[in-house]
This record gives sequence, C-alpha cells and structure tokens, in this order.
Amino acid sequence: MAVISYREALRAAMREELKRDDKVVIMGEEVAQFNGAYKVTEGLLKEFGPKRVVDTPISEAGFIGLGIGASMLGIRPVMELMFWSFSYVAFDQIVNNAGNIRYMSGGLINCPIVIRGPANGGTNVGATHSHTPEAILASHPGIKVVCPATPYDAKGLLKAAIRDNDPVYVMENTILYNDKGEVPDEDYIVPLGVADVKREGIDLTIVAHGRAVITSLKAAEILEQEHGVSVEVVDLRSIRPLDEETILASVRKTHRALLVEENKPFCGVDAQVAYLIQSKAFDELDAPIHRVSSIDAPQIYCKRMEDQQLPDVNRVVREALKVLA
Amino acid sequence: MAKPAVLTHPESLKRPAGPSDYAKDPVNASMSKAEKIALYTKMARIRHFEQRCIRIYQQGKIGGFLHLYVGQEAVAAGTISLLGKHDHIITGYRDHGHGLMVGMGMNECMAELTGRVTGCSQGKGGSMHYFAPDKNYWGGHGIVGGQAPLGTGLAYAVKYMGLKGSCLAYMGDGAVNQGAVHEAYNLAALWDLPMIFVIENNGYSMGTSQERSTAHPGCLAKRAEGYDMAWDVINGHDVYEVRAKTALALKRAHEESKPTVLEIFTYRYFGHSMADPDKTYRDKEEIKEYREKKDPVLAFEQELLREKVLTPELSQEINDAAMAEADKAAVFADESPDPTVADITKHIYWEEDNRGPDTTSRGTIIFE
Repeated sequence: MAVISYREALRAAMREELKRDDKVVIMGEEVAQFNGAYKVTEGLLKEFGPKRVVDTPISEAGFIGLGIGASMLGIRPVMELMFWSFSYVAFDQIVNNAGNIRYMSGGLINCPIVIRGPANGGTNVGATHSHTPEAILASHPGIKVVCPATPYDAKGLLKAAIRDNDPVYVMENTILYNDKGEVPDEDYIVPLGVADVKREGIDLTIVAHGRAVITSLKAAEILEQEHGVSVEVVDLRSIRPLDEETILASVRKTHRALLVEENKPFCGVDAQVAYLIQSKAFDELDAPIHRVSSIDAPQIYCKRMEDQQLPDVNRVVREALKVLA
Repeated sequence: MAKPAVLTHPESLKRPAGPSDYAKDPVNASMSKAEKIALYTKMARIRHFEQRCIRIYQQGKIGGFLHLYVGQEAVAAGTISLLGKHDHIITGYRDHGHGLMVGMGMNECMAELTGRVTGCSQGKGGSMHYFAPDKNYWGGHGIVGGQAPLGTGLAYAVKYMGLKGSCLAYMGDGAVNQGAVHEAYNLAALWDLPMIFVIENNGYSMGTSQERSTAHPGCLAKRAEGYDMAWDVINGHDVYEVRAKTALALKRAHEESKPTVLEIFTYRYFGHSMADPDKTYRDKEEIKEYREKKDPVLAFEQELLREKVLTPELSQEINDAAMAEADKAAVFADESPDPTVADITKHIYWEEDNRGPDTTSRGTIIFE
C-alpha cells in the first residue's frame, strides 16, 4: 500500500487504464506537452506517445463533441477540462449529445466517455472559474457524476468511470490535489453509486461529497473532542448513481442528519438527499435535517471572504450542534 | 416580403435541368444499369415517403416537428450512394432521406414518426432523431450544428483505428453560423481527419434568407479557406454532379486523410417544418420554378430515360411501388403499439440495461 497524492492517484488510474485498453485516449487542453495545467497528466505523453495523449486547442464544444463522437464508435476518451467551469461552453455536447443519444436511439448507441477536471471554489479565482456543476449535470438522466474526496476514491472511481459504458463526469478539486492517502498497489475500482462511511458514529449523520467530506471529518473530530458527540460521516462519492441505502442506514442509526456540500444551496445535491431522507426515513428522524452549503452568491474573489463563503469547519460544527440540540 | 436570397450557384444550376454535365464522369459512367435504376428507386422512395408523411401529419398522427426532405433528395442519394464499409454519416434534424438511403425500412421510419415502439428508436427519438448505427448512420440531431463535432469524432475514431474510411457530417446553411461547426472545422483541418462537411444549402435558415443571416452569403463553402480546407460547390439538383464531386472529397479523405467542405445547392419545397406556413419569406413563383424546372427526381428520371436505362413504364412501376410501400408503412405505423410507461425509463444507461455482477454501477440511478 503506497501513500500517494490525489493527483498521483488520478494519474495512476489513467496510466493503468491506458495500459489495459488501447482504446483509451487522454485528450484536453495542455494535457500532453505542458504535462497538464495542474500536472495531473504529467509524464503520460512521454510514456504513451501523441496518439494516446492528445493536446487540444482551446475549443471545448469542439473537442468534447469530438470525444463523444469517437466514443460512439468504441474509442474511450478521457477528456480533461482545465476547469469544469469551462464545460458551460460545451453544454450542448455534454448534455444534449452525450446524455441523450442512447435514449433517443432506443438503446442502439452508447457513449463510453469520461470528462474529468476540477470543479471547486476556494482558489481565489472569481466566479467564472469556481463553478460546481455536479447538481446541474446529475439532474440529467443519461449522465453519471462522481466527486472523489480522497486519493483512494479518486483512483478507484476514475478507473471505474473509464470502464463504464455510459458518460461519466468526474469532478475533482484542485485543493485536494496534494492531499495524500493510502492507495493499494494492486488493481481495484470503486464502483459508481457506492457511498463510503468515512467515520463511524452514533449521534449524528453528516452526508457530504468532495472536499466537504474532508471539512466534515475535521468538524466531526472537534465535535467529539470538545462536545462529546459521536458523528458518522457518509461520503457520497457518487452523485448519480446515488447510494440511497447507505445514507438511509446511517440515518436509521443516528436519527439526525446534517448535509454538507460546497455547492450553492438552491437545488443543490443536498436538496435531493434531504428529500430522500424525509420520504424514506421520516419516522426515524429526531430532529429536522439541516444543511451547510456555500453562501448563495456568485463566488467572491476576496480570498478571506471566499473562505467564509464555502462551508468551513466552524460552520459545520455550529450547524451540527443545532441538529443535536 | 423579404428579398429572395442571392446565391452564387454553380453554372449548371442557373439553367433548367437538362442533360447532366457529369454523366460521363467515371464514377457515374461506371455504374451498371441496375445500379442506376436502384439509385433512382431510392430517390423516388424518399419522395413518396415524405409526401405520405404530409398526409399523416395533417391527420394529426405525427406530433412535434416534421422537417421534410422533398426537393433535396439528390443530396443524400448522391453522396450516400458512394459510401463503403468504413464511411459514416451524421446529420441534423432533416434526416429522413439519409435514413432511407442507408437502408432503413419505411416501416421503422414511419412508426418512429407516430411514436410507436416499432419505430427505429422505439418511439423515443421522433422525426429529428433517426439512428441506424449498424448502417453507419449516427443520427438525426436536433440542435443546429451540434452534430458537426460528433461527426468529427467519428472521423477521428476511424483514423485512430487505422481504417480507410471517413465521416460525412451534413448540415443546413443555417448551421454555418454556429460556433460548434467552426470548432469542428478547425479540429478536422488541424488533425487531418477524413471528414466531409456537407452544407445542404436550401437557401433559408428556417425563415431567414442567407443575406439576412450570413456575412458574405454568396459562398458558404469558401469559409473552409480560413481553415486551409479544400471546398467545392455542387448543383444539388443533379445527382450525377453530386456523386462526381463528392467522390473527389471521399478520395481526399481516404487517400490523404484530409477534410473537405462541400456546399450543395438544393431547395426544399415545403416550409422549414410542417409548423411553418411558408408564406412570409419567399414567394410561390420561386418554389414553382424549382419544382418545374430543376426537380432532382424528375431530372434524374429524364436523364435515365435519355440513357434508355429507364422506360416510362418502368419508372411508373418504380413510383407506384414506392407509393404502395409508403402506404403500407403508414398502416404499419398506425397499427403498431405505443411504448409502455415502463419503457420510459429504459435505454437511459447502458450499464442499467445490462446490469450484472461485473457492471461498474450500483445504487439508485433512476429517481422517483
């Protein structure tokens, strides 16, 4: 078991899948010669050559659409978006084409494409580069969305995504790229749609995804140390498909739920999770469900304020105590 | 009344249809009598299928949009008649003619229009979304120009796999102003993809003529020069000319792996869709002129009569058979069952339709 970074875990997933399947192609802006805007694909061009690792022009609608078209013929493109924020100029390709073709063809066609890249705030780059579109995209049947929080999950989910025969959109986080964790040396995948209990507890369930998991784990530690509360943290890992059973099982155990995400609150992922809990475990609840999300405004530039706009440990602790009151 | 579009037509388009300048082109001269009759038959089938659709639409049996191909038959017929095993096609929403040309049956095509489970997409796609991937036909796309990057990806895949093939991505003249088309042009030229962009220029992007929609409207294909791509203009009323010039583009794709933009001048006799009353942006005389003097199906029939490949009797037989086939398809579409409520949630994900112990997906993926 090696200890590697989230970035290295993603790279290892791509390297292994490039070796395993010659239909896998890495494609995106600056992924090859430049070694990746965030160095996720570093060294892959040297190892696999320009047929397998391809630099694209700044042309998201064009190259994402090209990848989707190629996937219909059996190529398995892994497309990097420098930021998921840039997906918005390729929205027609990502949603209308990749998401609908299987359905509109009555099941004759499928698109085994992966689109990956960072989707997060907190990096002091302003509103246009800080979008978190997991809820927007997961709201479209036909599309799958995963948000890994740890190196282990980043590698396992990306490998599963590459082997999956549907469009899978992997949303990473630049702030997590240097986080380190244990990753097995042998081949493994994390199947899509399986949540992970990252910390066990009995008094409160926190449901989170992406970096909000890391924030929630820190908050859980404080809640235990300073308030004597035992918190269970459920990491969704996958937004669609969604592991409803793991969420519900945890709520049935703790009878209280706090939902944490870095999305804006309106129609966020947690709006769906809250509905799930109230519709399938209402009688289990001893208190109303609470949420912690980003403050509902376009992402602010000022770093000090952006840190407050995002869910932080203090806010999660405060809100948890309200649910426990 | 808006002014009619000013178009730079190829020379042959400026005069009424007559003997084709391209009958002796090797790609046409080498056709057998049977092949010529088969090509004419396919054009006639498209014509009669579409005309039958009008009646069904007027009976209220076809919902949504219905974009007819009547008048444009020689474009799909000429280009697709040249394609081989590794040549793929993709188009916009005016997609019936291409479907029939690649060999889709009238029954499955008609039943899709009436939303039946026997339709080519089991009633899930509709008029704008025909697909037949087993026949290298990748749709049928509803958003103007959105298919251009997909087609470029098909060409990329063909090249990646080392196959001698191509992709033809069809679009209307309105699509040339979409960004996605220009991004596809750039990628096809940058990466030397075996790609043919076919602009089916029928003069109007919905109800807006070219001069009201497009800078430098005289020649849309010329925009290819900005990407250092080869281009050509074609009289789309002469199926021989379509074949002769498309063959050159195909050769360029197959032998040099280079893209081409073809602008094929054509004309639609009906509105943009059946929802378009077609009364505001062009006059009846213009339509009459095309119908009577340049009709591609009639022109090819005349050509084949002159060549003594067809006789009036055989032509009558072919047209009667196409009409009867369309009538039967209409009955089939009428009598076929609808998809069920349970069918609504099928064909969304491959992994769901094929879920097993080895599939990579678990959990809930369709929500209540």
